[in-house]
Amino acid sequence: MSSQAQLLPGTLDLLILKAVSLGPLHGYGVLLRIGQISGQALLIEQGALYPALFRLVRQGLLDASWGTSENNRRAKFYVLTPAGRKRLREETDGWNRLAAAMGSVLAAQPEEV
Amino acid sequence: MKLPAYLRSLAAKFLRASQTEAEMEEELRGHMQCRADDLERSGLDRVEAERRASVEFGGKARFKEEVREALGGNSVETFVKDVRFSLRVLRKSPGFTIVAVLTLALAIGANAVVFGLLNALILRPMNLPQVQSLYGIDRVGSDAPTQSYPDYLDLRDRNRSFDGLAAYRITEAGLDTGENPSRVFLFETSGNYFDVLRIQPYLGRFFHASDEHGPNSAPFIVLGFAYWHSHFRDDRGAVGRVVQLNKHPFTIVGVAPPEFHGTLLFAFPDLFLPMVNAQQVHEGNPLTERGNRWVYLALGHLKAGVTPANAIADLNSIGSYLERTYPKVDGHVNYSLSRPSFYGDFLGSRVRAFVAGLMLLAGLILLAACANLGSLFAARAADRSREVALRLALGASRSRILRGLFTEALLISLVGGAVGLWGSVGLLRGLSAWQPVPRYPIHVALNPDANVYGIALVLALVSGLLFGLVPVRQVLGTDPYQIVKSGSTGAMGRRITVRDSLLVVQIAICAVLVTSSLVAVRGLVRSMHGNFGFEPRSALLVNTVLGMAGYHDGQVPIMQRRMIDAVQKIPGVESVGLVDWLPFGGSWDDTPVFTDETADMRPSKAAAVPFRFSISPEYFHAAGTPLLAGRIFTWHDDKNAPLVAVVNQEFARKVFGSPTGAIGKSFKMQNGMRIQVVGIVEDGKYRYLTEDRQPAMFAPMLQSPSSTSSLVLRSSHDPGQLAAAIRSTLRDLDAGLPTYIETWDSQLDLALFPSRVATMALGVLAVLGAMLSITGIFGLAAYSVSRRLKELGIRLALGARRKEVLEAALGRALKLLAFGSAAGLILGILASRILAVMVYQATPRDPLVLAGVVLAMLLLGLLATWIPAQRALSLDPLTLLREE
Repeated sequence: MSSQAQLLPGTLDLLILKAVSLGPLHGYGVLLRIGQISGQALLIEQGALYPALFRLVRQGLLDASWGTSENNRRAKFYVLTPAGRKRLREETDGWNRLAAAMGSVLAAQPEEV
Repeated sequence: MKLPAYLRSLAAKFLRASQTEAEMEEELRGHMQCRADDLERSGLDRVEAERRASVEFGGKARFKEEVREALGGNSVETFVKDVRFSLRVLRKSPGFTIVAVLTLALAIGANAVVFGLLNALILRPMNLPQVQSLYGIDRVGSDAPTQSYPDYLDLRDRNRSFDGLAAYRITEAGLDTGENPSRVFLFETSGNYFDVLRIQPYLGRFFHASDEHGPNSAPFIVLGFAYWHSHFRDDRGAVGRVVQLNKHPFTIVGVAPPEFHGTLLFAFPDLFLPMVNAQQVHEGNPLTERGNRWVYLALGHLKAGVTPANAIADLNSIGSYLERTYPKVDGHVNYSLSRPSFYGDFLGSRVRAFVAGLMLLAGLILLAACANLGSLFAARAADRSREVALRLALGASRSRILRGLFTEALLISLVGGAVGLWGSVGLLRGLSAWQPVPRYPIHVALNPDANVYGIALVLALVSGLLFGLVPVRQVLGTDPYQIVKSGSTGAMGRRITVRDSLLVVQIAICAVLVTSSLVAVRGLVRSMHGNFGFEPRSALLVNTVLGMAGYHDGQVPIMQRRMIDAVQKIPGVESVGLVDWLPFGGSWDDTPVFTDETADMRPSKAAAVPFRFSISPEYFHAAGTPLLAGRIFTWHDDKNAPLVAVVNQEFARKVFGSPTGAIGKSFKMQNGMRIQVVGIVEDGKYRYLTEDRQPAMFAPMLQSPSSTSSLVLRSSHDPGQLAAAIRSTLRDLDAGLPTYIETWDSQLDLALFPSRVATMALGVLAVLGAMLSITGIFGLAAYSVSRRLKELGIRLALGARRKEVLEAALGRALKLLAFGSAAGLILGILASRILAVMVYQATPRDPLVLAGVVLAMLLLGLLATWIPAQRALSLDPLTLLREE
């Protein structure tokens, strides 16, 4: 459990957008993808994914359509819309700035002050 | 958004909603299957894999709920869900639902009916143009707002406040349209009546002031729409036809519009007749006698800018002019203004007081119902505390649970309101069609309008919110952890709660209603067997107005004599008398009389203003009025004999100082004629059942003839057969004479009408109050039993006796009942004094009434606590303790 990081509030949306930007995914696929690219460091409560997915669809950032999964099950696939791609860029930049700032703050040494 | 577009989008929303719901379900299931596939691959068997997938997923319902909220918290959808859920919950406890709905239906129904009355009688203005400036002229301190015709003319011509002043009187006449002559009720109106009221004819024309050129100059009649519709079958050719009214030819000039029913709210005339032709419909010189106050009401629109106060001052100055100019007949008078709908303030104030009182009682009943339902809801919330706690624990928000409870309350209140309204609309329709006194066209259009529906809806919503509020604190205070752990707990509070006081108040209201309705019923029964100064049992009345058949002046007494003689010969008739105005007949004649020594004949100097009756010699026999001293009349007391009278005790007391020794003495009429008293009869009731002792004088019909007359027949034979015999006898005398035959008992309906209405209304309200008290006490008792089941079970297990268990379970409810009943009984006794105004001989100092109230309240308590008591007694401590 200690190897898993707690999700910061508000980061789930960003993770989903990123995961979907790598290719169309169904809900379960989103979970797998996040787990895979984070090296199983970020684990999401399975059910909590769906309110976020629906919210993103409603905001026009994702598009959903029914298709067939790799093991032949009917599933709803999500793709990024142009608006979603734009949002992902913005959020990524924002996140990078924040991470860089946080990093430099945390790396500060007494003599630099 | 336009309405159709809005509806479409709403419908689309619903369709989409159900579609999303299905998709969501499928997607979540798909997710779990995928997970299960993965787990299966890792070596689990399928069943275990699916179980694990489901557990890992977490609370599906909660996520679905969150998705729904993410989708925009669709309020319509949640509302529909709430409603569905509430319906399901309510269906699960049909007993509770039915009791709650019925309680509210009764309370809201009662309010809707009373409001319907209030609306029709008081709030809704009469359906007349610019009715807000229309006023009738009242005489302050007088029983009736009547004027004499010459006084009316002075008021009309001398006032500067009214935009025309019209006058009317309601009367009856015989109308002959070529078929059998029939009795009609008509308004005799001033020529300007329709113009002053600003009414336009439906057909033909109205008569106008310009048609009046002195007595009998305007032989025109205007038909009421309803009469034209029913008796002329909508024949447009009726206009222009000549018909006979009391054997005088009149031309139908027009038909009034359907919405116009004259200017009385409770009696609709069949037709309208110019007042200048009044002589042809009744006798005497009504147009010239200043002392003869027969014009019912003068009314008109105030001119723009004239306030009622200005108008009253203006009228009073005319009043003092009349007093100065005609001191002999016009005493001092102060005028006031009233709404014309109720024949002045005399009747209006009584009706208003009655309806306002009813409204107050109905409101109290609704409050009591809300208190009841509040208790029921609180009790239910307590019973459901486990369910509520579970839902809270599973993640439902408190606001969602409260919304559910409110939805339940509103559902119940709306359904209850709808049922109540449905019943009340039926009742109001019935009341509108009801003719309480068959002989007179008394009825009121009570048809419910938008106001009534609106009030019912508002009352339903408000009461739903009111009783829905009661359990709110309970829910907000729920601690799911505690409750799930230990079950619903909490002993009944020992302190006096708001709910207890509400229940006491409610029981007190119920006891007041029960007391007053019993008092009213007893009063009514007693007044039907009371002493009226005549004996209505086994007496038949034959009402004829000879004027309707064209008899005048000298012919009248001759015909009357012939009728008496003919009817006397019918087998089975013991005695026949004739009287001009029957007691309680709705019309009367009164006249000032003076002591023999008085020379000043102004009305203010009168020794008494007795009711005056003109009778045949046999009348007292036939009516069963006991003669106390002296003699009755004979046929020799005619125009050539000295004027004589029989008076009642009160008359003798007022005019001569004592009832004894009045015989042989004389008194004077206003015109100076001296009349000698020859007999004294017992006091009676003449106009109202509730009146105080009134002076009355009886004159021989040959000395004061009157064409209006009723024959009073005393006979022990069957009234139906007798009536047929009388009809054929009278037809032999004159086939064109309209007659109306009824028993004297049924004629008393009119006199008993107010008492009957009051008794009925109180009775209905008392029953309602009793039902509410029963549900209230039942609610409390059932609640206290269910809350203390565990305690009672332990007590039983420890060997408590039944009596002790009952005491513990129901003692509180019964104490409240006793307390409330006592308070209500005392209040009811006090309130009955007010009742005495409407119901004759209403007195609460009656052992039967007191016993009745106590018995009723006891019964009520027994009924209400029966089921909870049974439940408490049938407790099986073993099962109970095991369950807990």
